Amino acid sequence: MLRKLGILFAAVGIVVGGATLTSSAHAQEGVKITDDAGIFKEFGEKAGLVKIMDDFMINLLKDPRTKPFFENSDQKRVKEQLVDQFCFILNGPCEYKGAKMKPIHANLNINRENFNALVEQLQVAMDKNNVPFRAQNKLLAILAPMHRDIVTK
Amino acid sequence: MTVTQGNKTRQRILAIAAIGGSLLACAAQAQTSSFTSSSKLLLTGGVTNIEGSAGGGLTPWAIIGGYGTRDQIGANAFFTNVRADDYELRTGGALVGLYDRVELSFAQQKFDTKEVGGLLGLGNGFTFTQKVYGAKVKLFGDAVLEQDSLLPQVSIGFQRKENDRGALLRALGIKSDKGTDFYVSATKLYLAQSILLNGTLRYTKANQTGILGFGTNAKDKYEAVFEGSAALLLRKDLAVGVEFRQKPDNLPFKEDHWHDVFVAWAPTKNVSVTLAYANLGNIVIKDKQKGTYLSLQVGF
Ligand code: HEM
Repeated sequence: MLRKLGILFAAVGIVVGGATLTSSAHAQEGVKITDDAGIFKEFGEKAGLVKIMDDFMINLLKDPRTKPFFENSDQKRVKEQLVDQFCFILNGPCEYKGAKMKPIHANLNINRENFNALVEQLQVAMDKNNVPFRAQNKLLAILAPMHRDIVTK
Repeated sequence: MTVTQGNKTRQRILAIAAIGGSLLACAAQAQTSSFTSSSKLLLTGGVTNIEGSAGGGLTPWAIIGGYGTRDQIGANAFFTNVRADDYELRTGGALVGLYDRVELSFAQQKFDTKEVGGLLGLGNGFTFTQKVYGAKVKLFGDAVLEQDSLLPQVSIGFQRKENDRGALLRALGIKSDKGTDFYVSATKLYLAQSILLNGTLRYTKANQTGILGFGTNAKDKYEAVFEGSAALLLRKDLAVGVEFRQKPDNLPFKEDHWHDVFVAWAPTKNVSVTLAYANLGNIVIKDKQKGTYLSLQVGF
């Protein structure tokens, strides 16, 4: 019986292993969403992003899981950089000229809880600004893999 | 299963329980502060399957139950009521998710034969009770965060089941009132598509998930069955989906595959409600059993 189980698991392993041939584009500052021409509009374009980031930062400063990181940061700069970064990802007419994700977060000691909390607060800010749920998820799909550069704990 | 194999299984369960116990002990010392923080994203802890494992309603998923991240412990309690035309299944239980790596679960199922029990000469409301002890270990992958990879999260697990109607089951030609299902699950959230997919291969001898025992005198062999779930996320707190559970067919009367359509709603991080319409086919002697599945989960 155990032998058969072994074979079963091995077979699944092979099938699953085959699926690992994935995009090697290791998200540094984010990949452009090119399969959705309208998504930048769904975020309200650049003006919309500015409002989302204002709300986002307010949320981050309220949440005890993220507050300690942002209260002493240059909040204005972080918001501006995030606007540019997201604008770029959403296929808007922007360039991101800020720091690379890995070095800027390297010494912050961010864990999974902090990371997920930030995503949650971003969801709240996007909801407040009426970004359609599916458009939100497309952005989050680009941001989520960045945990590899951001979460160090 | 021979006596020695049975003993081995028991030893294995004890070993895993011991590991779980010591993990809990370490955790109590080191992690008390983060025990109650719920840090996975909403609904990504899944709901609880009828056998007590985190997953969909019918099938376990590769995710580790509870909202704990890899630095935390999460826990859930659940109650599920499946009300079919002629039967009722009431299940309650709890699970702990340790560091988003290991899940330990317990569930007790009560299968109420209602009037069919009377027809069979067992008495109206004759009830089978089954206890299910589960453990699951995440092997690799991350269903939620690794969005640039097609690799799903993969876990293996077992469900040890003990039924209280051994004498009756054996008189019906069923081999055993105890059995262990082994499974491997692959789960992936495709966030850009707002879709979650799960596939589970279960290695089992169970008749009607074990409610009617394990194996028969004619056939007492493990077989692999497939279970699948697909869910569409509508809002961050709302998902709808379908499930399928293939079943062995070793009883004198036909055992059908199960399927359902469900809606899962998480009004807060600590509470989720799942409502499903399930098609369970032939159960014992009553054909075409359809019914509602209602499950409440409370978590930390
Ligand atoms: C996918 C998730 C994230 C993205 C896309 C992101 C993006 C950014 C960007 C664009 C900047 C500005 C870089 C610059 O100033 O040039 C920044 C800075 C910063 N981020 Fe993140 N971040 C993420 C997650 C996090 C998390 C989880 C935390 C902590 C909870 C965090 C804490 C900070 C802090 C404190 C700064 C300011 C650092 C400094 O000025 O030295 N970030 N981030």
